[in-house]
Amino acid sequence: MSTATDEAYESYYVPADSKLPIFASLGIFLTVFGMGNILIDMTAGAEHSIGAYIMMVGGLVLGSTLFFWFKTVIEENHAKMYSNQLNRSFVWGMSWFIFSEVMFFAAFFGTLFYVRVFVIDWIGGVGDRGPSNMLWPDYTPEWPLLNTPDPEQFPGAHKPMGWFGLPLANTILLMTSSFTVTMAHHGIKEGNRKKIINWLALTVALGVAFLICQVLEYYEAYAHLGLTLDSGIYGTTFFMLTGFHGAHVTLGTFMLAVMLGRAIKGHFTADDCFGFEAAAWYWHFVDVVWVGLFLFVYILGS
Amino acid sequence: MSAVIEEHHHDDHHHGPAKGLMRWVFTTNHKDIGTLYLWFSFIMFLLGGSFALVIRAELFQPGLQIVEPEFFNQLTTMHGLVMVFGAVMPAFVGLANWLVPMMIGAPDMALPRMNNYSFWILPFAFTMLASTFFMEGGAPNFGWTFYAPLSTDQGPPSTTLFIFAVHLMGISSIMGSINVVVTILNLRAPGMTLMQMPLFVWTWLITAYLLIAVMPVLAGVVTMMLMDIHFGTAFFNAGGGGDPVLFQHVFWFFGHPEVYIMILPAFGVVSAIIPTFARKRLFGYPSMVYATSSIAFLSFIVWAHHMFTVGIPLAGELYFMYATMLIAVPTGVKVFNWVATMWGGSMTFETPMLFAIAFVVLFTIGGLSGLMLAIVPADFQYHDTYFVVAHFHYVLVPGSVFSIMAAVYYWLPKWTGNMYNETLGKTHFWLSFIGINVLFFPQHFVGLAGMPRRIPDYALQFADYNMVSTVGAFLFGFSQLLFMFIVIQTIRGGKKATDRVWEGAHGLEWTIPSPAPYHTFSTPPKDLTEAHG
Repeated sequence: MSTATDEAYESYYVPADSKLPIFASLGIFLTVFGMGNILIDMTAGAEHSIGAYIMMVGGLVLGSTLFFWFKTVIEENHAKMYSNQLNRSFVWGMSWFIFSEVMFFAAFFGTLFYVRVFVIDWIGGVGDRGPSNMLWPDYTPEWPLLNTPDPEQFPGAHKPMGWFGLPLANTILLMTSSFTVTMAHHGIKEGNRKKIINWLALTVALGVAFLICQVLEYYEAYAHLGLTLDSGIYGTTFFMLTGFHGAHVTLGTFMLAVMLGRAIKGHFTADDCFGFEAAAWYWHFVDVVWVGLFLFVYILGS
Repeated sequence: MSAVIEEHHHDDHHHGPAKGLMRWVFTTNHKDIGTLYLWFSFIMFLLGGSFALVIRAELFQPGLQIVEPEFFNQLTTMHGLVMVFGAVMPAFVGLANWLVPMMIGAPDMALPRMNNYSFWILPFAFTMLASTFFMEGGAPNFGWTFYAPLSTDQGPPSTTLFIFAVHLMGISSIMGSINVVVTILNLRAPGMTLMQMPLFVWTWLITAYLLIAVMPVLAGVVTMMLMDIHFGTAFFNAGGGGDPVLFQHVFWFFGHPEVYIMILPAFGVVSAIIPTFARKRLFGYPSMVYATSSIAFLSFIVWAHHMFTVGIPLAGELYFMYATMLIAVPTGVKVFNWVATMWGGSMTFETPMLFAIAFVVLFTIGGLSGLMLAIVPADFQYHDTYFVVAHFHYVLVPGSVFSIMAAVYYWLPKWTGNMYNETLGKTHFWLSFIGINVLFFPQHFVGLAGMPRRIPDYALQFADYNMVSTVGAFLFGFSQLLFMFIVIQTIRGGKKATDRVWEGAHGLEWTIPSPAPYHTFSTPPKDLTEAHG
């Protein structure tokens, strides 16, 4: 009985010593240390910053370490060293990582709601914080906040960013890309490589198109609407929410592009494709965040 | 193909520790990484403690004697940051690394290389943080809660590096927590249900969930600070339509669960130790699990009790007051269960038990002063006084820190194979116990009398109690050198420990040899009768 169970148990792969994590630690440290120095020097008004070099070295170390790390994992997987149980660890790990990302966006969405529901009115003297309107008698509570309490420091935007046009186009692009990535997944399940590659390539193209539209939108905001990062709380929440989302789209697009490369090399099979699925989950997550943004930042926010 | 598996099977499970110093840098072994976390934590404990001793030395008598007020502020800030993020949290992660796999019959943590990554980020992060002392403008000086606009408009240039250090700590915590959650959910020995897990594993599962939920919020709030400082955003500036109070909301949405992150694993430790030395099963195991979950849930909806005096609407004050008081119910369940476990037991009082009992008593004192602070009108008086300092040090030092020490004494024989010196251990306990009470109890009185926190000088009427407090601080602080001596002595030799170590101990970790072999449970255990005590 007990020997039968012994045989049934697939050994859980515990990797031997690895040089990867220490280089990743060094890389991420140098990256943020460099970034910190750039910002300190920038705000102090220095022309050059040694931080730029530190950050470049750090980014290079981190990037190449991560490359070799993922390479190692893929090779180990191909060598059939991973049991089903270990694959479940990856599934759980990715799910919890996405949950942490949800909470990161929750902080910024929470900020937007708090500002809109409470702060805008409170500054105007509504509620329990009446006296604050003595500071800025000309201030009128409104959203989007174009006339900031202190227009000298925070010159408000002339016009809010509407939802029609580029944002609507971006919504359509991302919604479509969620559909196309699912079609690529079907391709893997059917073992149809051509289908995987075509749909995945289309998804990556849609991601890139989204990013191009976002760049155009930001250009529009800065050039024509006076909507900037330092134009008060409306610009702040607008750019921080859409900006972090854009950063995630960039990462997601990159992940999908890597998956496209792997698909071309013939990596995925119907029962062994979690690398792809993890990227697809991430992509769907980014898509859901966009729906929230489109609703609360664009439609209800302007 | 099977040859490949065989070969790797051989490599993976039977390689011993590597030779030399690089063993610690490259290791993927949960026991090695646990050891690294624990030593790192102890070094940070001594560093943060030395900041505290300078603070207490300055407060020994009224007037300015030793440090400038500006440097004093840097010390209080760094003391808090180092103790919270460098000492207490890593110590519990170290315990989780050592114990969770052994308690659930797993071969290692679920993602061993990421485990190493989680640890090795920390020394970099804290080196960066500590280096800010030597920067122009000095280290962060706005308290460990880094309220805006003090930290955004008035902070020194080092604030930026502090922000990135917090980012690194957050990344480390999130990866570490994901590892713990995945290990617990996926690597339990076949047949071990969730309700058969030792309570330490349960408390860590919930702690890890809290960490994954709130560390990103901390990352969010420091990012907002970064943007306000360098890019002209208006998050915390009312002139642009933002609100400094927003900072406090976001910070404490992280900060309050953070408080429970630092105490829930302590509950798990105490729930392991008391049954052993009372020679009884833990009273009310299911209610312990439900109480822990309730505390975790409540921790998300009480954050603004840290902000009663900042000017939030009355309805908010009332809601947060009642919600906060609700926490006393599940916490009371726990204290009741520990006492009921001891009731009628055949108790002996070895060092871990002494620390555990002191935990129950002194943590309860800290909990009760917490209830006083929860009452809005009373808090108007207590806010930002030494009463608050006394309150949270009672839950953190004889709470979290005592539980960590209890855990070290309790499991050290399993880790090293040697028994510690019981006489020295008890001496360490009594010195710490007396030191801690002399240190923090008087702070209740000066706080109630109105002495504000975070000041280098104070009115004359507070002089006596501050002097007493400082004496206690030095007694407690230097007693920890004895702790270090005992631990090193035990590592180097001593009476051999049995596998069971303690007569009344139950749990899978006591079924393996002492010291625990480098790899344990490469195949899961069949016999789970020992699984929870």
